[in-house]
Parts: sequence; C-alpha cells; structure tokens
Amino acid sequence: MDTMRDRFISTTSRLLDEDPRLALVLAEISKDGFQQAQRRHPDRVINVGIREQLLIGAGGGLALTGMRPVMHTFASFLVERPFEQLKLDFGHQGVGGVLVSAGASYDWPAGGFTHMSPGDVALLDTLDGWTVHVPGHPDEAEALLRQAVAGDDLVYVRLSLQSNAAPRPVAAPNGFTTLREGREGVVVAVGPMLDNVLAATEGLDVTVLYATTVRPFDAETLRRAASAARPDVVLVEPYLAGTSTAAANDALATLPHRVLGLGVSRRELRKYGSIDEHLVGHGLDPAGLRLRVTSFLDR
Amino acid sequence: MTNTTDALIPIHHHPHARPGVERLSRLMGLMTGAEKHSPAATSTLDALWVLYDRVLRVSPETVGDVGRDRFLLSKGHGPMAYYAVLAAKGFLPEELLTGFGSYDSPLGHHPDRTLVPGAEIGSGSLGHGLPLAVGSVLGLRAQGLTEPRVWVLIGDAELDEGSNHEAIGYAGPAGLEQLHTLVIDNSSATYGWPGGIASRFEAAGWSAETVDGRDHEALYAAFTAPHPGRPRAVVARVEPKNA
Repeated sequence: MDTMRDRFISTTSRLLDEDPRLALVLAEISKDGFQQAQRRHPDRVINVGIREQLLIGAGGGLALTGMRPVMHTFASFLVERPFEQLKLDFGHQGVGGVLVSAGASYDWPAGGFTHMSPGDVALLDTLDGWTVHVPGHPDEAEALLRQAVAGDDLVYVRLSLQSNAAPRPVAAPNGFTTLREGREGVVVAVGPMLDNVLAATEGLDVTVLYATTVRPFDAETLRRAASAARPDVVLVEPYLAGTSTAAANDALATLPHRVLGLGVSRRELRKYGSIDEHLVGHGLDPAGLRLRVTSFLDR
Repeated sequence: MTNTTDALIPIHHHPHARPGVERLSRLMGLMTGAEKHSPAATSTLDALWVLYDRVLRVSPETVGDVGRDRFLLSKGHGPMAYYAVLAAKGFLPEELLTGFGSYDSPLGHHPDRTLVPGAEIGSGSLGHGLPLAVGSVLGLRAQGLTEPRVWVLIGDAELDEGSNHEAIGYAGPAGLEQLHTLVIDNSSATYGWPGGIASRFEAAGWSAETVDGRDHEALYAAFTAPHPGRPRAVVARVEPKNA
C-alpha cells in the first residue's frame, strides 16, 4: 500500500494538471516525487530550497495574487519553524492556503525529536479559522486533500506513516462518524488512532466516534453521543495529549461531564526505535489505551 | 519659508525635490498633530512619493486589477508617510488621517491591508514583505502576467531578519525580474552592513544601486533602470535615524 505522502504526491501531481489556480511550494522535502510535475508545470511547482520562512511567505504572496498555494515539508519545519509566517502571511493578510505535512509525531523515531512534531495541531489552535484534517488512511488523505485544494480557506492536512488497515468514507462537512454505540462512555478516535482504539475498547459498552477532521470540532455529534451515554469522554489523538480537551469541554458546557485527553506526552521520550515502540512509550498501543480508558471509566 | 507647518527640511532643501510633496507634510500633520516630523517618520517619504507619483502603474481606479503594479510596505513602522502618499494619490480620503491610531480608524500605527484602501499587505513585524513579494511575483508569473512589477519597501535594520535573506538568496538565482526591493537606509541596523547593503543583493545575483534617498531624480533613475533577467534592489540612503 502507498503511504499518505505517496498519495499526496500522486494526487497533487494530477490536481496540478487539472487546476491552473493550484501552485505547490516545496522546501526540498519530497522534491524527487514531484520531478515530473515540476517539468510539466515549472511556474507552479516551486522549490525554494531549505528556506521554511520563505516557503510560507511565498505561499502567502501566491495567495495574494489569487493562486491556491499548497505548502509542504515535514511538520516541524512547516508549522513550528515558520509559525509567525503562518499567523501573519495568511490569517492576518486575509488569504487562504493549504499546508500538507509529513513526519507527524514520530514517523521517523530513529531520527529523534528534531523531526517530531506532536505540538503542530495545538500550535495551529492558537490561530483563527484553520481547518485541520487528520486522515487515518491514504484514501482518506486523498479525499481530504481534494476538498482542501478546491476551497479558499486555511487548511492543514496532517499526513502520517501511521495508518488504519481500512479506509472509512470521508465526505464534507467532515463531522465525526459514529462507529459503535454504548452506554458507559464515549471514546473519540482521531485519524490513525482508530484501529488501536477499536482494539482497546473491544467488549466495552462505549460509543466510539471517529474523527478525520478535528477543526472545526464536531461539537454537535459529541454532545449528542455524550447525552445518550454516560457523559464521560475520552479523546485519543495522535499528537499532543489534551489538544482537543478544551474543544470537547466547550462542546459539553451545558452537560455535567468528565473529559480525559490521551495522546503524545509533552515530555521527550529521548528514545529512537520504531513507531510501535513509541506508541507503547506514550501508552497509545491497544493495551495501554485499554488500561487508561477502563480506569477512567471505572472511577 | 514662513509657514512652519511645511517644515519638512530634508525634502525642501534638496535641490532635486519636486513640487507636490509639500502637500504630504500637511497630510502627515493631520495624523501626528506635529509641525515637524522626525527623520524616522519621513525617511521613506521621498522614495514613496517618487514611486507613487512617477513609477507605479496603480491608481485608486485600478487597485483591483490583476495587471496592476504592487507596492508592499514591509517596513510597517511609522506608516504616516505611506498614508499621506495614499491620501495624496486618492486611495484613501484625507478625512481618515485625523483618526490615525484611534479605535474606529482603519489607519493603525502598523497598516492592515484589510482596512486600508490600496494597501497590498498588512505589516508591522519585520521580514514578511520580501517573502510575500517573492510569492506575488511567482503568482503573477504562473498566471502569465509578466508586465506587473512588484515593489517592496524594507528598512536597513529590517534586513537583519533571516527571512529576508532567504528571499534574497532565492530571488536572484530564480531570476525574478519583476521583483524590486527598495531599502531605506537610515543607518539604523546595530551592526551595519560592512561592504554596503547593495553588495549583499549583488552577491545573490540581483541588480543593485545605491542612491541619495532625498534626490527625486536619482531615485527615479534608479527605479526605472533596466535589469533584464534579474531582480532589482535600490538602496536609498537618508539621514541616520539617530542623527
């Protein structure tokens, strides 16, 4: 199976053929995959070199002239390094664009913390108006990317090597999907955490919601699910633990409730190894999740 | 000179100043209430005036045209001269100037493009305009619009920002001929630019020239000099900020 990043390259290459408004801005990362697209569209496939501030600033300038820029590199360098550019060259200028990251929280564990970005979604959360897609499968990534490119707004598409075994249908307006209904609580699985969440909640009498879009946050579906079950909510996110806790609390403001935010811990593990080992390290493997979900619900 | 409200000394004393800028002093007075303006407030004035009066192909009637020239004020600090020029050229009504910085005014101490008629970008944080200008040229080029020129104004201290060096280092080799950077040099960079500012641009493949930033004819000549296949930088030297 191809990865989400492979799918991003093939899909974007096709979209560049179809949509003259589309421009792709790169900072060396993934340039090999886009060689053919660059030959076909030399004015719209732009590699600025290892210059992430320029990557975002140039994207903002493209948007000012009416183009639809897609900006891509590893999440750490796309969101964290040029953060003020994202804040000012898009939102403040009143223009839109599409960020597509790779690398996620620990797609290259042997690479260490410099290439890990568990805080990207939390960081974007300080800005207004960003739609955040967290696909759980390459098919979902393609569908969400196509949506993102067709619009005019601010969109972040967070790609990862972590993937669920099977895709789920993705359709606007991107609300949470109810996969299972129960009475003892609600568990929200975000993107590639779904398979582990389903395994962890096997046999538990809980509602499981699946989210591939976390901003805007589907408050309505969560509220409905929490009203129909015990209003104990567990969020399982593939990035910084607690990133969506405030959104969930806001959604449940009129309902006495409890929320547990699970995800990547803030503390650096300072470990290399594999993705699976990092999932265990952060308690996001099926056994770790089950332990934490059941102890929360049993309280 | 008897009218002290027109006391923009550097402009008026320059042998090559052109008529028309006298208005700007009065317009700036509407914002600041001051009869005189600090060099920092007027450092950009002559260069802005020459650009808007004689170089830029943009008017209040064409601010929405895709084929217009773009002027991006990156140095958003002290924008009174910019607002004065926009008002003098009819982009915004003169009456707005008196509200400068007040809650309901569209004119802040840093400009916001969504509020100021004619402003291409919002600015204030240093080092954003030149990358935005690079992207604007790329966007125009991708749409086959090779005529419009993009100008961005930065300060010599603003040049300290690394984002500008990312843009300079890319734009030269990429041959962005439509791109023009105007550097207002009032010697405000703490460490200065040994070897001269223009040399930094030239080393990156730009066409560059340094001129007297109060000499309108010299500015005009530098602004309009041909530079085939290369972006252009004009360094306009004015009185030191702290002089």
